[in-house]
Amino acid sequence: MDTGIGAAVTRKEDFRFLTGQGNYTDDIARPGQAHAVFVRSVVAHANLRSVDTEAASAMPGVVAVFTGDDLEGVGGVPCGFAPDGGPMNEPPRPVLAQGKVRFVGDMVAMVIAETLEQARDAAEAVDVDYNEIPAVVSMEAAQAEGAPTLHDLDDNSCFSWGIGDAEATDAAFARADHVTTLELVNNRKCPNAIEPRAAIGEYDSAHDSYTLYTTSQNPHVIRLLMGAFVLGIPEHKLRVVSPDVGGGFGSKIPHYPEEIAVTWAGKQVGRPVKWTAERTESFLSDTHGRDHITRVELACTSDGEFLGLRVHTQANMGAYLSTFGPLIPTYLYGTLLAGLYTTPAIRCDVVGVFTNTAPVDAERGAGRPEATFLLERVVETAARELGIDPVELRRRNFIPADALPYQTPVIVQYDSGNYEGVLDRAAEAADYAGFARRREEARSRGRLRGIGFAGYIEACGMAPSNIAGIIGARAGLFEAAQVRVHPTGSVSVYTGSHSHGQGHETTFAQIVSDRLGIPFENVDVVHGDTDQIPFGMGTYGSRSLAVGGSAICKALDKIIAKGKKIAAHALEAGESDIDFESGEFRVRGTDKSVGFGDIALSAYVPHNYPLEELEPGLDEGAFYDPANFTFPAGCHICEVEVDPETGTTQIVNWNAVDDFGKIVNPMIVDGQVHGGIAHGVGQAMLENCAYDEESGQLLSGSLTDYCIPRADDLPSFHIETTETPCPHNPLGVKGCGEAGAIAAPAALINAITDAIGVAHVDMPATPEKVWAALQSAQGE
Amino acid sequence: MTLTVTMTLNGESVSAEVEGRTLLVQLIRDHFRLTGTHVGCDTSQCGACVVHMNGQSVKSCTVLAAQADGAEVSTIESLAENGELHPMQQAFKDNHGLQCGFCTPGMVMSALDLVANNPDPGEAEIRDWLEGNLCRCTGYHNIVKSIAAGAQAMRS
Repeated sequence: MDTGIGAAVTRKEDFRFLTGQGNYTDDIARPGQAHAVFVRSVVAHANLRSVDTEAASAMPGVVAVFTGDDLEGVGGVPCGFAPDGGPMNEPPRPVLAQGKVRFVGDMVAMVIAETLEQARDAAEAVDVDYNEIPAVVSMEAAQAEGAPTLHDLDDNSCFSWGIGDAEATDAAFARADHVTTLELVNNRKCPNAIEPRAAIGEYDSAHDSYTLYTTSQNPHVIRLLMGAFVLGIPEHKLRVVSPDVGGGFGSKIPHYPEEIAVTWAGKQVGRPVKWTAERTESFLSDTHGRDHITRVELACTSDGEFLGLRVHTQANMGAYLSTFGPLIPTYLYGTLLAGLYTTPAIRCDVVGVFTNTAPVDAERGAGRPEATFLLERVVETAARELGIDPVELRRRNFIPADALPYQTPVIVQYDSGNYEGVLDRAAEAADYAGFARRREEARSRGRLRGIGFAGYIEACGMAPSNIAGIIGARAGLFEAAQVRVHPTGSVSVYTGSHSHGQGHETTFAQIVSDRLGIPFENVDVVHGDTDQIPFGMGTYGSRSLAVGGSAICKALDKIIAKGKKIAAHALEAGESDIDFESGEFRVRGTDKSVGFGDIALSAYVPHNYPLEELEPGLDEGAFYDPANFTFPAGCHICEVEVDPETGTTQIVNWNAVDDFGKIVNPMIVDGQVHGGIAHGVGQAMLENCAYDEESGQLLSGSLTDYCIPRADDLPSFHIETTETPCPHNPLGVKGCGEAGAIAAPAALINAITDAIGVAHVDMPATPEKVWAALQSAQGE
Repeated sequence: MTLTVTMTLNGESVSAEVEGRTLLVQLIRDHFRLTGTHVGCDTSQCGACVVHMNGQSVKSCTVLAAQADGAEVSTIESLAENGELHPMQQAFKDNHGLQCGFCTPGMVMSALDLVANNPDPGEAEIRDWLEGNLCRCTGYHNIVKSIAAGAQAMRS
């Protein structure tokens, strides 16, 4: 069975998950552990008159009750990004509220007890006296003249940022024949990984060291942020373990105050302190995603040539800045506004706004779904207004394949791709030519059928560290790997990437097996433990294979190079005459060879070995810093049928063609696309994180009230891939984790508006909204 | 006040002292340390906690431990024998019906109840049945394929 690069190998990790032997954070029971429950603000905006913990402290089983006063002197939760380095209003975020609460769910006190039930009971007894202040919930309310301010600032603005040439864009609009304008809301989402967040903090007085078990996508980042910026614990005294993690979708990137609280408290109470979120807590306190209000204008000639694009966006930051909050609506958004097109002039202005809502950060796609949604909505709308077929309009404006690499007017340079080829294949797969017939047939059944397109491009493989620094990241964005060959030739790979569903234990093993010519079974991948892995920046932005995989390749190159030296000695040949292929070191042009396993053994039992010039052992590490972002692209085509009586939308066809560059495991790639589409469909049709505009109460605070897609909300998908290899990483890979979430919302809303003949329906396009839009269209 | 619950768990007779408010899932996870059964929500929506009680799938977050007194309960840990996956588990592996693995035990236990009552379910029937099991990773495409394949393997 082929287990190399390109093979659809079933996953190594599946056996433990399928037999109930996964090891998620909440599955861990540390000896002597106590349980923490957080008392969370029940109001959106208030000064705290008092937090009375006396009754709670006297409850059965209570070990300790802490409030913000106890944590005075402990650093606040840090932010990891300021666009262009600032200026940005960056108010402090205390771990537990100090004098004020700023959203429903803000942490006021921490109750620790022998059992979870005792902690819950005691949390009920903490008496918080809130002196309420009017809440600013919407961005409009937050920016209104005289609005109450959340922080000690003049107003509720966080940053004001722009990208692109405003003058050239205004000039393009001045000579346009046609301008298409849309006002769009990119609805707030709750990521809702099915595993709730959890954390266990533990202090070892014998070694004066700390361990944090946490549901993180990037344990080294948590160690760096919490150790260096919050608790002042040097790295060698702080171990962060992210064991099996049950989905992330961006919500497990940020450094959260609960992680700090349990780590700090573990030392205070002298025993491990464990916290696991309930789902309602997840809704209240996990970072949310999206939440933009945007005005987009596209300037065209009468025959549909794009001349300019102008975008004004308000981005909700929530009550505090989460780790990468300000990155998402700036550099992960504005830089993608060229899309697949040659639009020569683009200007995008973004204001970030504080509101009395949960902090906003990355959610699958993070900035790129927002960019793609506005762009593909305005392109489709322009096609309708100009009377040009939407496929034809896109073709007229595509960046031609021979123009790549292509410098966009919004900083980024696309590396490789064939956008027209992708669209052509998708249109063929979707039988676009036969759509008119299907629409007629649907009409005969009383159904309104529509088709919607979305081309997309995304920037993945984050990121060249020097560029990350220039744009405002307070971290490097390389990845690290260690490849340890054991004496009998089996291999352990230590990666700074983190798998929370992506299947790295399989794909990374395929790479090693392929490159070293050893059995797939002989390779194990270790991730998620800062004590075992040299360093890591973690998994987000579809970066694991492009950056983490490349680090592994670099380490493998070193292994092979050293192996050649050992083989040259063993075979009594010159090092430059040694070739390595299919697990054999061979003297070129001869039949003299030695196997990889023999070389590994020789490295650890160096009897016949060039000891005077070469160290024993076969264990190599590498750091890889990418030369550029990678730019996956694709086209998704959605067909829907709307029941005009009820406004109910059924997705009847979904065709996607994606270019992810080289593919290591097509089975896993397909799964990533499926899951991404489901996130996008959820946003476009079902999901909406809603706060009451007056009180700031979260209205969609449970899975009963917040609708994530169920199996019968979705169709089976038809997906294909094309391949233009990434020219600047050793595997030629681009990344696939977010594509579906990026493309799907525009494709779906384009299809629904096509079906019912209206200019726009806001997301989520619920039956109620679709029905109302249909009624108003028919009334016209 | 505590009470004693005695039940058959994965074929073994067990008993434990529990509080009246203790949920079956807490008993399984925290007392008996069978952590394959997961908790993903607090409103009986996600289905990560599905186990079999007296041969039927139930959400163990919505059953009091006391209600399981005298019952036969089986969890995901009971399916594989001597390291060999059950055909439904194997079908999930072969069809990439899981990613992060968190919803998976509930999915598999729920699927087995479906197949027990409907040995050859079609796609629409599978999607309809999964109303009470949420997955955020797979978009359900490969779960549906897995259950159809698992059902077929169990028939043959």
